[in-house]
Amino acid sequence: MPTIGGKHMPAETKKIVDEIVRSYGKERHRLMDIVRDAQEQLGCVCNETAHLIASAMGIQFVEVIDMASFYSFFSRQPKGNSVIRLSNCVVDKMHGMELVAKAFERAAGVPFGSTTGDGAITLEYTACIGMCDQAPAALVNGTVMTKLCPEDVPGIVKMLRKGEYGAPKGGSLLPDAQIELNLRKTGPVLFAPLESGAAIRAALNMPPEKVIEVITGSRLRGRGGAGFPTGMKWSFCRKAKGIAHYIICNADEGEPGTFKDRVMLTQIPDTLFEGMTIGGYAIGATEGLLYLRGEYQYLYRHLQGVLERRRHLGLLGNNICGREGFNFDIRIQLGAGAYVCGEESSLIESLEGKRGAPRDRPPFPVTKGYMDQPSSVNNVETYCCAARVLEKGAEWFSKMGTKDSTGMKLFSVSGDCVHPGVYELEFGITVDELLTTVGADDAQAVQIGGPSGTCVSPKDFGRKLCFEDISTGGSVIVFGPKRDMLQIVREFTEFFIDESCGWCVPCRVGTVLLQKQFDKIIEGKGTKRDLDGLVNLANTVKTMSRCGLGQTAPQPILTTIRNIPALYHAMLKPDDFIPAFDFEKALAEGAAVQGRQPVWEEE
Amino acid sequence: MGSDTFTIIVDDVEVEAGPDQTVMEACDAAGIYIPRLCYHPELVPGGHCRVCTCKVNGKPMNTCTLPAQNSMVIENNTPELTEMRRHLIEMLFVEGNHVCPMCEASGRCELQALAYRFGMTTPEYPYKWASIEVDASHPDVYIDRNRCVLCGRCVRSSRDLDKKQVFGFEGRGDKMKVAINADHGLSETGLSSADKAVALCPTGSIVIKRQGYRVPYGKRPYDKVPIGSDIEKKRTHK
Repeated sequence: MPTIGGKHMPAETKKIVDEIVRSYGKERHRLMDIVRDAQEQLGCVCNETAHLIASAMGIQFVEVIDMASFYSFFSRQPKGNSVIRLSNCVVDKMHGMELVAKAFERAAGVPFGSTTGDGAITLEYTACIGMCDQAPAALVNGTVMTKLCPEDVPGIVKMLRKGEYGAPKGGSLLPDAQIELNLRKTGPVLFAPLESGAAIRAALNMPPEKVIEVITGSRLRGRGGAGFPTGMKWSFCRKAKGIAHYIICNADEGEPGTFKDRVMLTQIPDTLFEGMTIGGYAIGATEGLLYLRGEYQYLYRHLQGVLERRRHLGLLGNNICGREGFNFDIRIQLGAGAYVCGEESSLIESLEGKRGAPRDRPPFPVTKGYMDQPSSVNNVETYCCAARVLEKGAEWFSKMGTKDSTGMKLFSVSGDCVHPGVYELEFGITVDELLTTVGADDAQAVQIGGPSGTCVSPKDFGRKLCFEDISTGGSVIVFGPKRDMLQIVREFTEFFIDESCGWCVPCRVGTVLLQKQFDKIIEGKGTKRDLDGLVNLANTVKTMSRCGLGQTAPQPILTTIRNIPALYHAMLKPDDFIPAFDFEKALAEGAAVQGRQPVWEEE
Repeated sequence: MGSDTFTIIVDDVEVEAGPDQTVMEACDAAGIYIPRLCYHPELVPGGHCRVCTCKVNGKPMNTCTLPAQNSMVIENNTPELTEMRRHLIEMLFVEGNHVCPMCEASGRCELQALAYRFGMTTPEYPYKWASIEVDASHPDVYIDRNRCVLCGRCVRSSRDLDKKQVFGFEGRGDKMKVAINADHGLSETGLSSADKAVALCPTGSIVIKRQGYRVPYGKRPYDKVPIGSDIEKKRTHK
């Protein structure tokens, strides 16, 4: 259990911090781990702790603050002994999260965003935690609790007050164990059994260049959504000069509605590590890094166990599979609650122990990535596919899917459907076919690729899910006929405000302005001029932003204006201009004090 | 320039560039002004303001960080880009609390000068009306974050030129601000009024005390010529 900072004497605190810093070899790039451990033991990263960390590491205080203040899961103020982070994703809200929130506030006696007077419990909201198939969900001291209902809450709060993590009676809320897998459909690529080491041995039978050729031949493309050809990425990376090369796995799936990595990391971590090891062989890396989102901390030990087992089996470490000189190992880096770190250059900054601000490209990570060395950043699913390609061959793989989108794709489906969960389906499936598969026959709209993707309406349900048509990282959120789409667009827009890193102007300021302008319209104060202004602003944010977050932040607004224009037109007033500033509202307080209303000239 | 130079095309003008130059550096040398705010030639580029975004082969790219490459076709001074750049400047005006008529930096402020250059009269966006405290604890310098545009020049110059690391960032998104390397105020840091971190602030956010408003109206850098004129003066061909 964490303790509150003040409980320790200064000398004791110093000893704790020094020991933590020493355990990470004083390495600057391990600052995130150091801060996490310090927070765990001391309760928060207050100024005193930050000074101690800085002096033990030989860096400046402001450097510690710069990093620690960036991540949602790090705190500079003491928190309660228990921290409840309720996921406030759109899908959680669709499943009654707001009632659960009220129940928590009633049971704890404080509003969200604060800590109870006795220091027992802190209530916080957090962005999508990857449990949309079993929403509403919360992280309670890092432990996942799913399918919460208001009736569960008093029991949870009571137990936390007693200092117990446990679930209330009935067993429906057993921590960890209660996370449902919800793997609804398996296919030949990802969830078929793989004999440990088979794919690595197949790779080791050929020179590294040939491995890249096989991947290129399979026409495998990045599964995060961008669809960059994996073979080309590995080839660029291998050819780039550096003192070391790195294989990086992006397991920071933060896109609301996505949870496929969760299922893969739970079910087929061996396939992932196999793929990363093959990647290491192909590009000439000896170190692999798995960036695991902080929300999935509960998987950390499980994954460490798998890595340990693979080391024992000779599938990681030195002379892998008996191949003299092929050394490769994997380190897991935990994130700390920042959606932007799913962007590859932010992820690299975060891996280096800094704030997750993206980099300008070029240079691309393949030439200058982690520690300024050539690095290949790929999605969990991409590595799993790569392992399978090596095992079964490029031809086998490329026969599935479409011409430009070979293989199978995982979809995380949630929202208004009968069977939410993960589906392994062939690329090229239409939205309609997918909806039938998941049991959603009355959808008014589907959000494909999460808020940064596209919102499609029934007229486009015949379109295909593949890189040639609607490309997606796999998040599919179904909205039934009763959902208020404008409210959903608003939630998504707010998500980007919360998750903007703040580095560049169009994203930091523009996302806030987008919401204000959008609000003006949905509050019934908008005119055609306001709608045009909204599109104009959205285009500036999209064009001028530094990274994918800002470039896609206007997507919820832009794609609904394009695909469901009636939503907006119904809200517009015929006036040429309506001021955003409400004069009467602004004068109301003064009028009340004076006891008389202002008299307008024309009256 | 050596024999390895090549040509890039900027708004239909051929510009000579070298392999170690960014697009912005090549344009500066040729007398073509690409508007910018967070960039400063003495510092590594920060990529914060995005004002220098140009369309490079049709794609929006940040030119202060972009290495020049043979045959690049660049759009810089177009109505579309100027409008978007003006939007960015307007965003900064509504994010902070900028009161030009009373600001010490008026006339030399790069934010104000860019607003004039882009034809901004008043921001169209609603103000944030943020409540921000001034740190005047230091004997010689004060920092007024009301006028901070988060360009990061102080962060980079204090770290790389002054070798002090007085500044950093804190928080994220719309809560991000410039942090200082101390618990309470600037007076606890090693900042000196002679530091580059002070000199390179583009607005009136970091100001030296007791020497305000020294330059009379009419003699301030942007009173008579728009920002970028120094670069455009170098242009030889039309």
